[in-house]
Amino acid sequence: MKKYIDIFYTFFKIGLFTFGGGYAMIAVMQDLIVEHKKWIDEEEMHELISISEATPGPFAINGATFIGYKHGGFLGSLFATLGVVIPSLTVIILISIFLEQFSSNVIIQNALKGIGAGVGVLIIKAFIKMGKKVKKNWYNLFFFVLAFVVSFFTSFSVVYLILLTALFAVSYQAIKGGDISND
Amino acid sequence: MIELLKLFFVFFKIGLFTFGGGYAMIPMIRQEMLQNDYLTLDQITQFIGIAESTPGPFAVNMATFAGYHTHGIVGSLFATLGVVLPSFLIILLIAYFSDRFLKTKPARAVLYTLKPLIVGLILSAGLSVVLHGVLGDFMTEITFDYIALIIFSVVFLVSLFYKKMSPIHMVLLSSILGIIFYGL
Repeated sequence: MKKYIDIFYTFFKIGLFTFGGGYAMIAVMQDLIVEHKKWIDEEEMHELISISEATPGPFAINGATFIGYKHGGFLGSLFATLGVVIPSLTVIILISIFLEQFSSNVIIQNALKGIGAGVGVLIIKAFIKMGKKVKKNWYNLFFFVLAFVVSFFTSFSVVYLILLTALFAVSYQAIKGGDISND
Repeated sequence: MIELLKLFFVFFKIGLFTFGGGYAMIPMIRQEMLQNDYLTLDQITQFIGIAESTPGPFAVNMATFAGYHTHGIVGSLFATLGVVLPSFLIILLIAYFSDRFLKTKPARAVLYTLKPLIVGLILSAGLSVVLHGVLGDFMTEITFDYIALIIFSVVFLVSLFYKKMSPIHMVLLSSILGIIFYGL
């Protein structure tokens, strides 16, 4: 039981303190789950991100379900998902009740503006950390630049980008033989 | 009860068909909310702003808000359950089969190739968030918010000095800096 409470509490914290969307969530999970709790390793984190991008739904839910399952089976996934959802649910219900006060409270609005400005640091730091773990070669450089250019400068769907890249990787592996992940 | 089930299924559909995270959901959410008379366009716009600045996933926030608005707290529970369930079930299935599947050679090739791709996506997301904070909606009209730049720089420098600083502390620090600098 202690394990499940730990899972619930950890994801509750993640749900409560993650502002700024899916990629900020990746940054928080990388720090709390991979580096501190060690519930999944670096490889599994990359698996998780790839799977999340190619399946529907918010990263928070995908991440909680995946990590919860890896660490604690079905019950683990249930506790993790509940943990990550309950803070938003509670906060939004409170805001819905106090909508007027929320929108006109200067201190809350200033705090939120501050978070909006600072949350980029989280994502940039996650980029630096995860970037260090990628093997430096031309093949990887190509896909790194491709992803950055396509997602920063165009509105091309990330889902298709992931699926097309996966398709390429399978074909390339089949044609080239050997094991491309060991080059 | 019928109304609640309908609410559940509308958000189940949204959870099932929206790929690629928060903002990709906006068009579908807008369409479903308007068609079912759950929210008006003004309420949607106002709430997108709130959902952006509150913690947690955008889709969950949106579901809770629409559910609460139409059927109170019970409504918010049904809508949220609806939007969460598809991802939960799909990921559960994948996590169950992934161990065997991901060890195969083609799967390893895919994961190896997706690694640098993901790092590129994260850099792009990070830069967008920073630019959005400092320059506003820079695709339409550029406004320079130098306070946002100061807050970003301070948090970045502090996080360089305290390598062990957790993301939660960065969020708290940002909110305190926001209260101080925007309040001046």
